[in-house]
Amino acid sequence: MTTLSRRGRAGRPVRRLALRLGVVALAASLAACGGTTGEETASNGGDSDAPLIYGVFATPLEEPWDGAIHAALQSAAEDGEIEYKHVDNVNTSDAMERTLRDIAGNESPDAIMGDAFAAEEAVRKVAAEFPDIPFAFGSGEEPVEPNMSVFDNWLQDPAYLAGMLAGGLTKSDTIGVVGAMPIPEVNRIVNAFVMGVKETNPRATVKVSMINTFFDPAAAKQAAEAHVAAGADVLFAERDGVIAAAEEADIPVIGMMVDQHEEAPGHVLTSLLWNMRPTVDAVVEQATGEPAAVDLGEFSFMKVGGSDLAPINTDVVGGVPDDLLARVEERQGQIMDGSFVTPVDESAPGSSIKVSTVEVPEQ
Amino acid sequence: MSLNLLALLGAMLTIATPLIWAGVGELVVERTGVLNLGIEGTMYLGAFVGFLVALRTGSPWLGLLAAVASGVVAGVLMGLFAVTLGLNQHVSGLGLTLLLIAVCEFTFRMLYAGERPTLDTKFDVLLPGVEVLDQHWLTYVAFLVLAPGSWWVLRSTGAGYRLRAVGESFEAADVAGISVSGVRYAALMVGGAFMAVGGAFLTLSVLGSFTLDIINGRGWVCIALVIFARWRVWPAVCGALIFAGTDALQLQLAITPAFGDVPRELMLALPYLAVIVALAVWGRSVRYPGSYLKAHRRA
Repeated sequence: MTTLSRRGRAGRPVRRLALRLGVVALAASLAACGGTTGEETASNGGDSDAPLIYGVFATPLEEPWDGAIHAALQSAAEDGEIEYKHVDNVNTSDAMERTLRDIAGNESPDAIMGDAFAAEEAVRKVAAEFPDIPFAFGSGEEPVEPNMSVFDNWLQDPAYLAGMLAGGLTKSDTIGVVGAMPIPEVNRIVNAFVMGVKETNPRATVKVSMINTFFDPAAAKQAAEAHVAAGADVLFAERDGVIAAAEEADIPVIGMMVDQHEEAPGHVLTSLLWNMRPTVDAVVEQATGEPAAVDLGEFSFMKVGGSDLAPINTDVVGGVPDDLLARVEERQGQIMDGSFVTPVDESAPGSSIKVSTVEVPEQ
Repeated sequence: MSLNLLALLGAMLTIATPLIWAGVGELVVERTGVLNLGIEGTMYLGAFVGFLVALRTGSPWLGLLAAVASGVVAGVLMGLFAVTLGLNQHVSGLGLTLLLIAVCEFTFRMLYAGERPTLDTKFDVLLPGVEVLDQHWLTYVAFLVLAPGSWWVLRSTGAGYRLRAVGESFEAADVAGISVSGVRYAALMVGGAFMAVGGAFLTLSVLGSFTLDIINGRGWVCIALVIFARWRVWPAVCGALIFAGTDALQLQLAITPAFGDVPRELMLALPYLAVIVALAVWGRSVRYPGSYLKAHRRA
């Protein structure tokens, strides 16, 4: 034991210090890679005349909302319309402010896009400092002159159509919805869905759970299973995790944000799609022209191609009756030609809604 | 108001499963006096590695095996920080969690940027269609093998004695010829494997897919459960069942018309309130293991 101790005293401190430094360096370098992607150009080359659009995202790109903005910017870059750089996981207000100031000051972008929900004030502050650069951010607040535009995902049109399908398919007259949290963008989707259900099935009850987080598929699945236990035979997966529950219960389910058909081909009936490309095109126009302060929300509407319903899967468990398909297609046609405007209701939905009691506002 | 009691019980068992795996893992580690706050990251690693290997090989069994191996590696890493280097256990554990989550997210993006891969084959439930008992086999193992097994090992075997001896007084254990570092490393590796299985349960059994944030604080719940249980297995299992049962209950109540006017936030907080109440009632005057949070150094 004595020998051990002596050797320890003589040799350990230096070795331990070296080890500690090594471990810290490794941890720091790996931790740094995990979050922020850095500047990754996805464009057609650096020296083109295409405007440089910078994406600045509060969440990792794997989050579906920012993922949709990123996908649209990437597709514009692939078409050669823009040069695109991005940074993600800028998840605090102060980091957002620093990052935006750094990019606006040093990279001279022609426009900056991103989401401001977690940092509304920071984004507005930096936008005011750089009035010549258009800022277009996902936001729950108003645009600010002269250069701060806002957008949001307005998916009430496909939500309404999906509700019509769900109402037509349920045999137990009970439909389960699992959403994130009662915030306006989720509320208007759920409320439009409920109004759609009412159109095809006024006897139905729509039960709505919120898991109070954007990411917890296991909790969402449990919430969906509670719906099934309460008699639901059609589910709407506003959040990830619900499709797995529908598959196990062998009932149809409606997906969200991207076409989720591949995740359960026999059970995913359709999905609500958000296409940010029209919004991106509007921002590109500002980038090559004058900055503006506008609400770009309407570029997410179905009639301009900003949102859509994924192809309806008629091979879904239980099938889809032809007359229901025809009704949905007819309504979709009316949305596209403007003769039907889906009502927007941003109030928090109830937890168990008898659709017969729901007031559908007159157009 | 119509509560579906059988569905409630079934959901309780499923929700409790990852908590029991990871909670027992944490308990084994803490009984040696090491607080492993790397639990959240280790569960995340298990969920990710299990999913990745199952996706690449098509076999959830290989995925589970890989998850176990990743948990052992995470345990060794924690051992390197907290045992070999004798660093502060809080900092080491939190650092490990941050590191592991970052490594998983980084790798996931490198491999599957913009995609949403799902497993073709995940573990099926046993006894499908039989209410309450239609559970995943990892749930059965958690309740019927893991909990009684670890209780017995800790209570009645030589390994259990050595483990507890190190946790109570590592000087005495050292004098008695027990390798303190060896026992702590072994506990970290076994505990890490259990935590990783808890994470992999979510990807390989429950969901068949991996998303960011998949563990979502379940590891931290386990830390509270272990303290609540005063480092004993069966109270930890009870704690997990109380938490899971309240969670399952709120999921049903939230969509029951009679409770329509109760704020959702209150419903969602119920399981956490239950744990806090349980801690307040039974968790007072807790006696920590004697060598808790202490690094062992021979003078």
